[in-house]
Amino acid sequence: MYSLVDFSLAVNEGQIFGLLGPNGAGKTTLISMLCGLIKPTSGSFSINNLTYAKNSNEIKKIIGVVPQEYALYPTLTARENLMYFGSMYGLKGENLKEKVIESLDFLGLLKFADKRIETFSGGMKRRVNLIAGILHNPKILFLDEPTVGVDVQSKNAIIDYLKELNKKGTTIIYTSHHLSEAQDFCTDIAIIDRGQLYAQGTPESLIGAIPNANNLEDVFISLTGKELRDDI
Amino acid sequence: MIYKLAMSVYKEFLLLKRDLGGLITLFVMPLVLIIAVTLIQDSTFKTVSNAKIPILLVDNDNGKVSKTVYDNLQQSTIFSVVTKIDNEPLTESLAKEAVFKGKYQLAIIIPEKLSVDLQAKINQNVEKITSNLGMTDTLAKAENTAVVNQKEVKLYFDPAVQMSFKNAVMNSVDKMISQIETKSIYATFQEQLGEGKASFEQKSFITFKEIVPKVNNEDIIPNSVQHNVPAWTLFAIFFIVIPLSINIVKEKSQGTFVRLRTNPVSNSVVLAGKTITYLIICMIQFYMMVAVAIFLFPHLGLPSLNVQGHLFMMSIVAIFSGFAAIGFGILLGTIAKTQEQSAPFGATSVIILAAIGGVWVPVFAMSKTMQIIAESSPMNWGLNAFYDVLLRNGSLLDILPEISLLFLFFIITTTIALLYDKKKRAV
Repeated sequence: MYSLVDFSLAVNEGQIFGLLGPNGAGKTTLISMLCGLIKPTSGSFSINNLTYAKNSNEIKKIIGVVPQEYALYPTLTARENLMYFGSMYGLKGENLKEKVIESLDFLGLLKFADKRIETFSGGMKRRVNLIAGILHNPKILFLDEPTVGVDVQSKNAIIDYLKELNKKGTTIIYTSHHLSEAQDFCTDIAIIDRGQLYAQGTPESLIGAIPNANNLEDVFISLTGKELRDDI
Repeated sequence: MIYKLAMSVYKEFLLLKRDLGGLITLFVMPLVLIIAVTLIQDSTFKTVSNAKIPILLVDNDNGKVSKTVYDNLQQSTIFSVVTKIDNEPLTESLAKEAVFKGKYQLAIIIPEKLSVDLQAKINQNVEKITSNLGMTDTLAKAENTAVVNQKEVKLYFDPAVQMSFKNAVMNSVDKMISQIETKSIYATFQEQLGEGKASFEQKSFITFKEIVPKVNNEDIIPNSVQHNVPAWTLFAIFFIVIPLSINIVKEKSQGTFVRLRTNPVSNSVVLAGKTITYLIICMIQFYMMVAVAIFLFPHLGLPSLNVQGHLFMMSIVAIFSGFAAIGFGILLGTIAKTQEQSAPFGATSVIILAAIGGVWVPVFAMSKTMQIIAESSPMNWGLNAFYDVLLRNGSLLDILPEISLLFLFFIITTTIALLYDKKKRAV
């Protein structure tokens, strides 16, 4: 994993912002810092003009995080998991119950609400994982590979749901290795490698900036090279 | 915060409810442990009236001494005397072989002419005394100057026999021989002084009386249950370290711990949720074990646990012991990366804490160094507090140092866990 060096980036409200880069580029470090999981040793950043040093709790109330791993209790049901994580955002009572039912219904999981997570398929777990991060209607949503390892149907359901959230005003910051997915989904993209920002712009502007590039994959290879990134 | 805490406690209970293996570990195993250990230890505490230990007696003396040894052993409630194996009269070599092969635990070999030589030696000694007093029988003097060699009663023990059993047997045989010797000395004096009909009081002049603490003018007489239940209850309470540390490690590996850190809830609330849940578990365990000791033990032929007037104070000790165990579990779960690290380490460290804490071997019987180490074991603090309450009739003030140490242990271990976690988050 690279540490971030001389790194400066701004994400505007309402964007769907894609963080792309090869393995070990520094994406996880960046997103972990933005989610308050690790502290930067130098430099600073703010979210909605708030900093973790002064307003940790306020930031955590306005952000939602969907980690790459399922981050759910396997022996609890989908409803129990969502009720618990929702309550950690201070949601309670009927409001929480309705929110859980509504989200499960939107992602086609309502009939499985009272089944244990350990019995779910990968795609179903991904969808519950997503709901757990957005129950409190976050202003900013961080997603780390939200569609990895799922079937096309689940992937489409997740992307549609995220687009719906974005329409309602949620800013989305997401990492992915699916470059075609990112090209279609993101309004803005940053390509990072070796802890540094290589390029930033709309998918169209990035493709246009590289001669002979037809898609985001061509841009990515052109900027980060073909070298394998097997780093331990 | 209270709402988040309540939801965390509810979640922990749901997780436990869905983990059958964990529930068995938490509730059934401690009960099995306490019943098994108390049943085993009770038989060594009380006289074993139904299961006498057979001992081999080789009588090469055929005199007064060997007869007395035989009678005393036969009358004892602990031993039964065996003088033949397969209808063959016992010899020293036969007895030795049987004991060293572990078929019997003990053989006593009484040497030839023990009674005769003992009497001769006593006669010589008594005559010396009486001659000094000017009462010498000059005709007998020449006869009694022959050298009488010291005699040895040989004891063979099965090598698997424990040292405490050996010592107990050696002491009782020694006492038996001393009593015979004393009797003979009295009898010889009687003879020498010509006081044939005078009767000497031969019962022990000095006796022992154990004075025990009293509650409501009633003696508190310790028994195996009063000793074992607190010790093993404490052991079971500390075993909560294993499921708790596994619970924390699982949260880390499942990713739920990471999710919680991104939620507007502090790690302290998450850990407080675990602490409350596991403290309730500890108390349920404690009351279950006490209930078993009070109501089930009498049906198993064991004495009932007497908690009269002590239950409240015992509950306080259990709560603080639970705190200490939970603090240790939180620390272990925070530092361990995998269940393979936390489970074996948790189990062995609890056993080590129990061993140095005096659960198996009393601290006073340990070496000086080990006694100092024992004082650093939270299990020792808990055990002492339980004994203060149950056996020494101690008050809240008496157990205050121990419960303060137990709570301090919880504070220190939890703080280290929180700091460790915080440090780990800084890149």
